[in-house]
Amino acid sequence: MSESSNVASRVPSGVTGATLAKDLRLEWRSKDAINSMLFFSLLVVVVFSFSFDPNAEESRQIAGGLVWVAFLFAAVVALNQTWARELRNQVLDAYRVSPAPANSLFLAKALGNFIFVAVLEILMTPLFIMFYKLRALGPAWQLIPVAALGTWALVVNGTFFAAMSLRTRSREIMLPLLLFPVSIPALLAMVNATTAILTGELSARFWIVLLTTYDVVFTVACLLLFELVLNAE
Amino acid sequence: MKKLFPIFGLLTAVLLSFALYEALVVAPTEQTMGNVQRIFYYHVPSAWTAFLLFFINFVCSIQYLVRRNPAADKVANWTVILIAIATCIAAFVVRPLAEGMEPSSIATTGIIIAGLYFLIKKYFSVERTDALAVVSAEVGVVFCTVVLVTGPLWARPVWGIWWTWDVRLTSTLVLWLIYISYLMLRRFSTSGQTPVLAAALAVFGALDVPLVYFSIWIFRTQHPQPVIGGGGSIDPKMLQVLLINWLAFLAFAALVCWSRYRLEILQRKVEETQALQALEEPGGSR
Amino acid sequence: MNFLYAAYAATWIIHIAYLGILVRRYQRVSRDIDELKKIK
Repeated sequence: MSESSNVASRVPSGVTGATLAKDLRLEWRSKDAINSMLFFSLLVVVVFSFSFDPNAEESRQIAGGLVWVAFLFAAVVALNQTWARELRNQVLDAYRVSPAPANSLFLAKALGNFIFVAVLEILMTPLFIMFYKLRALGPAWQLIPVAALGTWALVVNGTFFAAMSLRTRSREIMLPLLLFPVSIPALLAMVNATTAILTGELSARFWIVLLTTYDVVFTVACLLLFELVLNAE
Repeated sequence: MKKLFPIFGLLTAVLLSFALYEALVVAPTEQTMGNVQRIFYYHVPSAWTAFLLFFINFVCSIQYLVRRNPAADKVANWTVILIAIATCIAAFVVRPLAEGMEPSSIATTGIIIAGLYFLIKKYFSVERTDALAVVSAEVGVVFCTVVLVTGPLWARPVWGIWWTWDVRLTSTLVLWLIYISYLMLRRFSTSGQTPVLAAALAVFGALDVPLVYFSIWIFRTQHPQPVIGGGGSIDPKMLQVLLINWLAFLAFAALVCWSRYRLEILQRKVEETQALQALEEPGGSR
Repeated sequence: MNFLYAAYAATWIIHIAYLGILVRRYQRVSRDIDELKKIK
């Protein structure tokens, strides 16, 4: 932590980088979260394949929805343990007292979560392609901005609501309860963009614009309001 | 003030009965839909009331977040004034207007928004603003539930389906979900700063609703479906009955909010006293 | 036709249910106030 506080007195982005590096390093060493999330994602893909066993034509229509629901569950599992380590070691109190801006902490957490969930998605995608015999009829490269924007939409709000749920009873259920309603426009956009690209029938452009708007609006809102949430005791 | 309550209650009961009579008997029967269309006189006023209550919650949440910081407070004041002025100007300058909208109603809406903001600011202290936020959220959810129940009951006999993902229905459902999550946060949060967290959630919800509306609108443009309860002009006699019912439900909502508000203030006083007593106790009830 | 009455009935059932909840909360608060007065 002394490394972060030295950096904090110089450049705020240094704190973000330092916190992010610390989180990634800790995770890489223990591989706690990533292992459980990996296995969970595999289970989700397999269960979905049993429940919905469409032929190639139908699967293109519904795969968008299925894939994003699966990613959503994986994201919630990842987000639930976002602040667990901090809580265990009273790190949050240290952050409140330090001169580091609250935003840096938030950004670091959100970016860390983004990386975790992105890794999960990269690992789950080939499985989905295999089980559902997927092939994109539209411009496949567009899936990358859709995935990136969509994941960020879930992660940025999820990290914020995870912090909000810290001091609640039934913390683990509180997070999805808060996250899902607010994420509905983003989910709609993600699913429809993916379906549009897979079926090649419609343009995903509007959805990508909507996702970008959503991301910008809520990233700004989270950054502005996180300080309040961090100080809520 | 307290003595007014029973009088107001009686007045509301009379209004509601009168409005019911108007809706069931006086209003002309609709041509295509028949008598079922009369659900409209309960469904629409409930929706407008729910949206008004949620808007009050939004104003209270903003105020709670902003009034603790004088600089932010000033910025917020000026923003509200600007919004009101901009709405008034836009009402008379922007052409053509969306169907069914009159310049006077748009300008009035802008002025009402500013009026509500400053009225609440004047008559409610910061803590009481938070109480008002809880009240308007709860009563808003009740009215929104009515909307979501009467909607499908109207849709089923008329259009043959219980539900469809059109703009208005979906936005209303999402708004309902957001405020249920707001109430759950209020109930389950053990933080001392629950009002702040809840206010932040309300702001998120308010940012979300236009996005929901817009996203469903795109979705519907790409996947056209029958429009439920379409717009267009309305028979003046029906409009009259609609407005009477709205007035009656507004009075009822005010009555319920007033009761709930008194209950909330009482509960807070009791909790404060209980906390003080626990502190004062010599041995302490650990 | 039944839908019309169902809708109106549902509206009032919901409102009365909520008022019932409020009444119960009022009773609880009154009890708490009485208890506090006794301690004083």
